[in-house]
Amino acid sequence: MSEGPLIVDAAPPSPEAIEAAWRRVQLARHPQRPRTLDLVPLIFTGFFELHGDRAFGDDAAIVAGPALLDGRPVMVIGHQKGTDTESHILRNFGSPHPEGFRKAQRAMRLADKLGLPVVTFLDTAGAFPGPAAEERGQAEAIASSVKLMTGLQIPIVVVVLGEGGSGGALAIGVGDVVLALENAVYSVISPEGCASILWRSRDEARTAAAAMRMTADDQVELGVVDAIIAEPGEGAHTDHEATAGAVKAAILSALRRLTASETDALLATRYARLRGMGAYLETGAGRIRPPEAPSLRRRIGRILHLPGVPRRPRWSEIWPSDGNDDESERGA
Amino acid sequence: MPIKFPFSRRAAPSDAWTKCPACDAQVFNKQLERTSRLCPECGHHFRMSVGERIDLLLDPNSFEERDAGLEAVDRLGFHDDRSYSHRLEASQVKTGLRDAVVWGIGRIEGQRVAIGIFDFRFMGGSMGAVVGEKLARCFETALDERIPAVVVSASGGARMQEGTLALMQLAKTTAPLARMDAAGVPFIAVLTDPTTGGVLASFASLGDVILAEPKALIGFAGARVASDTVGEEMPEGFQTAEFLLAHGFVDAIVPRGELRTTLSRLLRLLPAAPIDDGLLTDAERAWGPIGALSGLAERVGGAVSETIGIDVDALDSGNGSRPTGTAAKPRPGEDQS
Repeated sequence: MSEGPLIVDAAPPSPEAIEAAWRRVQLARHPQRPRTLDLVPLIFTGFFELHGDRAFGDDAAIVAGPALLDGRPVMVIGHQKGTDTESHILRNFGSPHPEGFRKAQRAMRLADKLGLPVVTFLDTAGAFPGPAAEERGQAEAIASSVKLMTGLQIPIVVVVLGEGGSGGALAIGVGDVVLALENAVYSVISPEGCASILWRSRDEARTAAAAMRMTADDQVELGVVDAIIAEPGEGAHTDHEATAGAVKAAILSALRRLTASETDALLATRYARLRGMGAYLETGAGRIRPPEAPSLRRRIGRILHLPGVPRRPRWSEIWPSDGNDDESERGA
Repeated sequence: MPIKFPFSRRAAPSDAWTKCPACDAQVFNKQLERTSRLCPECGHHFRMSVGERIDLLLDPNSFEERDAGLEAVDRLGFHDDRSYSHRLEASQVKTGLRDAVVWGIGRIEGQRVAIGIFDFRFMGGSMGAVVGEKLARCFETALDERIPAVVVSASGGARMQEGTLALMQLAKTTAPLARMDAAGVPFIAVLTDPTTGGVLASFASLGDVILAEPKALIGFAGARVASDTVGEEMPEGFQTAEFLLAHGFVDAIVPRGELRTTLSRLLRLLPAAPIDDGLLTDAERAWGPIGALSGLAERVGGAVSETIGIDVDALDSGNGSRPTGTAAKPRPGEDQS
């Protein structure tokens, strides 16, 4: 993982940082930004779309199927957002239900069986959070997708096209090489969601976007993204063909490198890449104790050796509950 | 700042009593400690600290904590109304923990397990790099020693203050589970109130067996995020343990009082596969043809073993009793920034 400064006590993001981060979020969400199905015909030939998870239904928010990349077959999987009202509804604004992730898993298993490299395109605000998704096991679908990708015996190249939104992105985003378009963003939760939890107001989404350091540059610095693909002109929306050319070149170069390594080495490197994610300190094992004196009974008991007192404390005495049960902080 | 007069009678500390959110009864905190934090009136399951969980589930004096020194780093320089370092420090002082998970090796009715336990009081049990690292080490140790892994979750999800590095913990905790599958080492997930977001969307949904405490809140999207996004109110009872059981995502709802014995039963029923050096023979599979015969032989007694000429030593239970040469385990080196 890349070296970074160990920040002792952070300050709120500056207005410039907020402005810069928000500009990227807007570019990543630009209505004319190329979607998976805009790029697929420009990068691959002969794409054959597979439908359905063989268990419940077909989810149009994820597309998957084999295609040829410079004449060689690969498996393509990507989130798909719409471009107008009708297609937004069809594609559910690019937010998959569990059957979408299960379709992706089906495509990955097929690729694994036949030895096809997998190329995935990330562009989602996040997995759909509605009741139907919960009923059909949204969390399980994401978890099993992630788990499957960690063990696929074929190279995986991930490209973040637009929004890399949380678990819905990661579900098809575990790769040997993770690339991102210059104006793509990647985050643990949408800036609106983060703002509504930590700032208790969705209006602080811009601030949250800056605080989460979600731009492609930040992600390279954090080691989540390996390399950035430059966008043409003012952004990918201005020239789909040039964008596709750059993405294709990056995928080809990554695949050339990956297909040269043995399967065992590939899997070991992928595992090590994931295991190295995140920063922590390995300090001495001393325990932090709450600043609290032992009870009078215990102190007297220890001095007088009362029966039952000078014993090893129970764990619940070391880490007791507070009286109240009301921690309201949430994660994503 | 409240004004205190030196001569006013001190009121009982406000944390001596807790109001039960289910039946509104006022419960004396000392009583909650005695009842494993179950409401004496209605049986409501209050959240437990990690210490109480250890005492509840593990044999006395069997728990050895591992990796107690791991401590979070503010890699992003995150600041909302307070800095992340400040929040960490406040949680550490409040709970006496370094982060939201404690893991170690212990015994459940004599059976060795690698166990990780969440404490929701530490920043909502959120999963950042320390939680992810501890759980990954817990799973890797289970894999190396061929003992079952158990994780008791109580978490709001990924820790937003660590950004995508927190999101990556979903993959970090999940990757070792794929190796455990290949090696034949079981993992039991115990979901307690609440288990949501990125924790549910990773290892917690991937237990070989998944247990849940009654009425625990379990769901992918927090109700607030869900209703903001979807624009509709969520139905009643949605995202409870019972809802997940009805939809096929947990195996059983186990009241707290039965959790330890239930885990113990499961651990006996689902031991780690006996051997993993590629030499596994049918005789060692309990349900292979010869295994079945030897099972019969055991029941009938030694006489049969002489007549059919096979060894009828009891099957190895596989609980960590054999040295193994399983999956290479890359330890992340100096990972901190």
